[in-house]
Amino acid sequence: MKRIYSVLVENRSGVLSKVAGLFSRRCFNIDSLAVGETEDPGVSCMTIVSSGDERMIEQIEKQLNKKLDVIKIKTFDEQAAISRELMLVKVKYNKNNRKEIMEICEAMKAEIVDMSQNMMMIQICAAPDRTAMLIKLLASISIVEIARTGTLALPRCQETE
Amino acid sequence: MIGADAIIKCLEEEGVKAVFGYPGVAICPFYNSILHSDIESILVRTEQNAGHAASGYARVTGEVGVCAVTSGPGATNLITGIATAFADSIPMVAITGQVNSSLLGSDVFQEADITGAVESFVKYSYLIKDVQDIPRVFKEAFYIANSGRKGPVLIDVPIDVQNAPLKHFKYPEEVNLRTYKPTVKGHAVQIKKVIKELENAKRPIICAGGGVLLSDAQEELRTFAEKYHIPVVSTMMGIGVMPSRHPMYFGMVGNNGKPYANRAMNESDMLIMVGARVADRAIAQPDLITENKLLVHIDVDPAEIGKNCGPHIPLVGDAKHIFEDILNQEFSCEHPEWIARLQEYRDSMAPKRNPDPKYVDPAKFIEILSEKMEDDAIYVADVGQNQIWSCGYVNVRKGRFLTTGGMGTMGYSIPAAMGAKRALGKDRQVVAVCGDGSFQMSMMEFATIRQHNIPIKVIVLKNTVLGMVREYQHYTYHDQYSVIDLSGSPDLEKLAMAYDIPFTRVFNMENVEQKIENFLKEDGTGLMECIIDPSDLVK
Repeated sequence: MKRIYSVLVENRSGVLSKVAGLFSRRCFNIDSLAVGETEDPGVSCMTIVSSGDERMIEQIEKQLNKKLDVIKIKTFDEQAAISRELMLVKVKYNKNNRKEIMEICEAMKAEIVDMSQNMMMIQICAAPDRTAMLIKLLASISIVEIARTGTLALPRCQETE
Repeated sequence: MIGADAIIKCLEEEGVKAVFGYPGVAICPFYNSILHSDIESILVRTEQNAGHAASGYARVTGEVGVCAVTSGPGATNLITGIATAFADSIPMVAITGQVNSSLLGSDVFQEADITGAVESFVKYSYLIKDVQDIPRVFKEAFYIANSGRKGPVLIDVPIDVQNAPLKHFKYPEEVNLRTYKPTVKGHAVQIKKVIKELENAKRPIICAGGGVLLSDAQEELRTFAEKYHIPVVSTMMGIGVMPSRHPMYFGMVGNNGKPYANRAMNESDMLIMVGARVADRAIAQPDLITENKLLVHIDVDPAEIGKNCGPHIPLVGDAKHIFEDILNQEFSCEHPEWIARLQEYRDSMAPKRNPDPKYVDPAKFIEILSEKMEDDAIYVADVGQNQIWSCGYVNVRKGRFLTTGGMGTMGYSIPAAMGAKRALGKDRQVVAVCGDGSFQMSMMEFATIRQHNIPIKVIVLKNTVLGMVREYQHYTYHDQYSVIDLSGSPDLEKLAMAYDIPFTRVFNMENVEQKIENFLKEDGTGLMECIIDPSDLVK
């Protein structure tokens, strides 16, 4: 079972290592982890994607809540959230496959952000399953290197009073 | 005023009477400032024991135990003491000196990343970089250590911060932590559910853990058990929640517990776990426990509920508050058949021992010893076979039984007894019982006991082997013994003489009552050695 944890933490040194250490010590999985400041510079938001059985998923939330640097946790599954990942992929190309790559980019709504005589860098910002799809499509051509942010997610918007 | 003076002022504000520790350069400003205070500093002989002494102090007072050591090796030596307090949920503030803050991270002499090293066994830790933060950090640390699920908090203070000037000292009146608001009061709806189930239950039982003692809820538990006629068993950390001979108390559960206690728990139809973790030593198969009974789990730490087994009624809160809330409700129940059944089990299933008369029988000895001790005495058990015998045969009345059931750290008993004795003063009897293995892990503390005049009684059950490991190797490796022989150990009579401590040796059970009486009666520290059978087993 996959689960997304959106964790607001105090923006202090050492907090990332405390949270990451908690996951390793208690044998919880981290599928991805993304950290950034929020609108309040004193608060960071960690988006952690994890997976495990029901008991583990409950324990992750409870153990995170015990950490004194954790302000608030929201957890949700993928359906209940909008999730995005930013990825940069560098591929090697030649004149035989250049067109194919550009077609893939167009189909996947990916952008070519840098280019040389035989290399190009492609940027995609999409749901994690689509970034995975792009990797699969480009893998048969020639991927040189990849950098990705990990999943960012927020729960879907709901009507409020 | 400098930072170190401010630290001492914080400790005074918190009512700290003694600090257990060991100095070194990086904590010297602190140990200089303490000279001008009424707080007593007690020099232990190795840092780990400062942690255990603070633990003993905390457990008998309900206050936070404090220890202070230097940077690097001083701090790392303390880690086992901190980890023990964490596993046992003991409130503690550990102060460590640190190298100059401008040198942090450069691996200078006696630098260790102690806040990093202890991360997984502290409730929280601080590295103070600004002297202005001292009052707030200490106020928070004492609050965190002694609220919610109690535990150790570490404060690392670089030497330049201890020496930095602080113009205005103001100790905060309250703590404002947006990330820490422990739930103390139980949820009213959940309490109603518990009462409804109690009214229907035919065979209810309470399993009480160390959390009941930590919330000082012994009175409430006893009233609860008596008023609603519910039998009580305990975990190892829960020993002493009820007087050992109370008619409604049915002993310690677990793989080293009483067979009738385990049977009582297995045959119950409603189990109320309170302040207990459902850990492997107490409950061998936590996932099966809910198969034939309704489980209520009461704990102040929400993460403990559902960690090892899923309860039907989770109830987060402090044991004392929850018992009070239930006692305020109008209802009644009784279970005379169930209690009669358990009493019969208690009479018929008592473990039978067949001791060799050539030796002291530790079980009988502990029974007599604890009966001869004063009613409100503190009994501190170490780790090993001595711990299991102590748990099985101690008679706690109005006193306390201390041991490390969570971490199981050998060498705990002498320093913890020392801390307890220092806290309670001359009128309370404190007795440490250990084996000859655990004794040798902290016998250096005799010097501390002598130097600071902290008279405790120490009893060593001597068999010249590591008995608990031997027993494991007996069962698991069919008597292929490995690295358990303790020959080469010192002659305790000569050792006692070296420390100028009265010594008694007991070879067998002949006249043992008189010998115990004489030993306890004498003023000051005493060491008693009991020769026990090396082949004896706890089971």
